[in-house]
Amino acid sequence: MDKKTPLVDMRDIHISFGGIRAVDHVSVDLYPGEVVGLLGHNGAGKSTLIKILSGAYAADGGEIYINGEKATINNPRDARSYNIETIYQTLALADNLDAASNLFLGRELVTGLGTVDDDAMEAEARKIMGRLNPNFKKFAEPVSALSGGQRQSVAIARAVYFNAKILIMDEPTAALGPHETQMVSELIQQLKAEGIGIFLISHDIHDVMELCDRASVMKNGKLVGTVDVKDVTDDDLLGMIILGKRPGEDTPVV
Amino acid sequence: MQNQAKNLIDKLGIDARLLGMIGALVVIWVVFGYFTGGRFLSPRNFFNVSVQTASVAVMATGMVFVIVTRNIDLSVGSMLGFIGMTVAALQVQVLPDVLGLGHGMIWIIAAVAAILMGAILGAFQGWIIGYLTVPAFIVTLGGFLIYRGAMWWVTQGQTQAPLDPTFRLLGGGAEGTLGETLSWAFGVFAAVAAVGLMLLSRRRKSAHGFAIKPVWAEAALMVIAAGLILCFVWIMNSYPIPKGAMRRIAAAEGIELTDGLVWYHGVAIPVLILLVVTVGMTIVAQRTRFGRYIYATGGNPEAAELSGINTRMLTVKVFALMGALTGIASIIASARLNAVDVGLGTLDELRVIAAAVIGGTALSGGFGTIYGAVIGALIMQSLQSGMASVGVDAPLQNIVVGFVLVFAVWVDIVYRRRAGI
Ligand SMILES: Nc1ncnc2c1ncn2[C@@H]1O[C@H](COP(=O)(O)OP(=O)(O)OP(=O)(O)O)[C@@H](O)[C@H]1O
Ligand SMILES: [Mg+2]
Repeated sequence: MDKKTPLVDMRDIHISFGGIRAVDHVSVDLYPGEVVGLLGHNGAGKSTLIKILSGAYAADGGEIYINGEKATINNPRDARSYNIETIYQTLALADNLDAASNLFLGRELVTGLGTVDDDAMEAEARKIMGRLNPNFKKFAEPVSALSGGQRQSVAIARAVYFNAKILIMDEPTAALGPHETQMVSELIQQLKAEGIGIFLISHDIHDVMELCDRASVMKNGKLVGTVDVKDVTDDDLLGMIILGKRPGEDTPVV
Repeated sequence: MQNQAKNLIDKLGIDARLLGMIGALVVIWVVFGYFTGGRFLSPRNFFNVSVQTASVAVMATGMVFVIVTRNIDLSVGSMLGFIGMTVAALQVQVLPDVLGLGHGMIWIIAAVAAILMGAILGAFQGWIIGYLTVPAFIVTLGGFLIYRGAMWWVTQGQTQAPLDPTFRLLGGGAEGTLGETLSWAFGVFAAVAAVGLMLLSRRRKSAHGFAIKPVWAEAALMVIAAGLILCFVWIMNSYPIPKGAMRRIAAAEGIELTDGLVWYHGVAIPVLILLVVTVGMTIVAQRTRFGRYIYATGGNPEAAELSGINTRMLTVKVFALMGALTGIASIIASARLNAVDVGLGTLDELRVIAAAVIGGTALSGGFGTIYGAVIGALIMQSLQSGMASVGVDAPLQNIVVGFVLVFAVWVDIVYRRRAGI
């Protein structure tokens, strides 16, 4: 692994909502073919941090470097142009549209006349869903008619379809059954092998220990620390999350 | 029996709501036909209803997009009046002085001015709603008052008449129709186009290996579609032009009238405009990115934003489109009356919203079809014309329409709950 230039380098990012410092001068980075877990209690600022990378929020300050070059990400379209794809915690699906329309939302396939090509999009959607969730059959219904897990599969498919180089997964398996969760784990391994960098937000320590190379822990908007997963135990991680203490240190940093 | 019917509808792949609306329309027609001794079902009445529906229906197609994006436009009636008055003054007071009375360009300039004016007023409202985030209800309520007042200022309240003779054709009447031959040609063209599009869509679907309807179902739908179009043309072509109007037309065109000669109206020009708008707006809704983004934004504004859709600009465009359609409606309404007084368009905003809502557009956003809104407008107009023709007085008409509106939306809510959408 080329440790020299990180794929993503977020430096000193901060943002406040009203008086709340949702992200308070946090720096994280990500290398190609690496999975970095983002951990922390509810409201720690994980989603907010990655939403700055995906262009949903504009940071109050801090810099983002992609492949060593300073990147300006002002909106989701900018992020997509850097091949950053995101699975949002809220899934960000338009409930009234079908799976294919959601998958291609903002990047519709068009015919020679410039009109949207629903048939081609459905055909593509069938292909990718066949790979991710072969049981998925509801292509004609609006996604409001899908189960939580099926909706999550659609959101995952959207993020993987467009050849992401940087993938952000905000609790991607929260609504999935054991079998589907297993498939997402395999998907992560496979994408990692292809050299894609992944930020994985999860509350499941076991998942993090199994899938991630490094873990960054946040508490109250601040970064507690980043550790190599192979150097720490479950309890070390829990200590970081709950007490804000780095492994081997006695006093909380946050 | 019920299952069989449901099965049949499933196979044909027709939307149950569409069937419901057509059913309601047929019931209205049959009931009023009965109480008027068939007068309501005469070609003459169908012609009049089709012309009277056009203006509101044109605006209703735009209101669908407005409501689908979780907005509302209360200003369209006043805007229609303001545009109508301005454009009438333009062709009565300004253009004849500049170009000469009856100049061939007057109607074109007037029509383009109406559409542009609507688009600009609409875009401005949309900008306040999208970028300054003032709620649409308030912005268009303000517009409702402002345009009605501005309309008065244009001519100090003076009625403007008569309008340019060519412009007047856009409102229908004996002269403002396609005439018999052109109507048939139009009907055949539309029927062939409809069948052609259905064939094309079927071929595309089977090329992708998707499930397609059985051949008999597809054929039945084609026959129904082509049949309805031709039937409509036939009815319009069965309404003779009255003797007086015939003499007028014959004199204008230098034709000798013989005794047994009868001319028929054919499809009215405002109805043709409505059909073009309906097809155009349906294409926008179903086949363009713009349309897709309208529905996505209505379904989940945050998701649309996260997918890179500029929802603010989208709001500006939606209101600009609504304004342009109001401009077209204003042309039709003023041309039909051949005069514009300060009352033009009063209460139209409510008719337009009611048409869209009766047609299945959900005020919570995300759902609504163009054809639904047009049928909704037709239902409202049929009800009103029907009641007028059996002698129901105006206050009672309003009461009935009010009840029907609430009832229709309740039915729609029940339908949605059952269908699970
Ligand atoms: N759009 C917003 N407006 C105001 N406050 C916000 C907004 N988004 C997040 N916050 C606040 O910022 C803080 C961090 O929220 P965030 O969603 O990033 O937490 P999280 O770590 O993802 O938590 P969870 O594990 O529950 O998903 C919270 O206090 C939250 O209330
Ligand atoms: Mg979160």
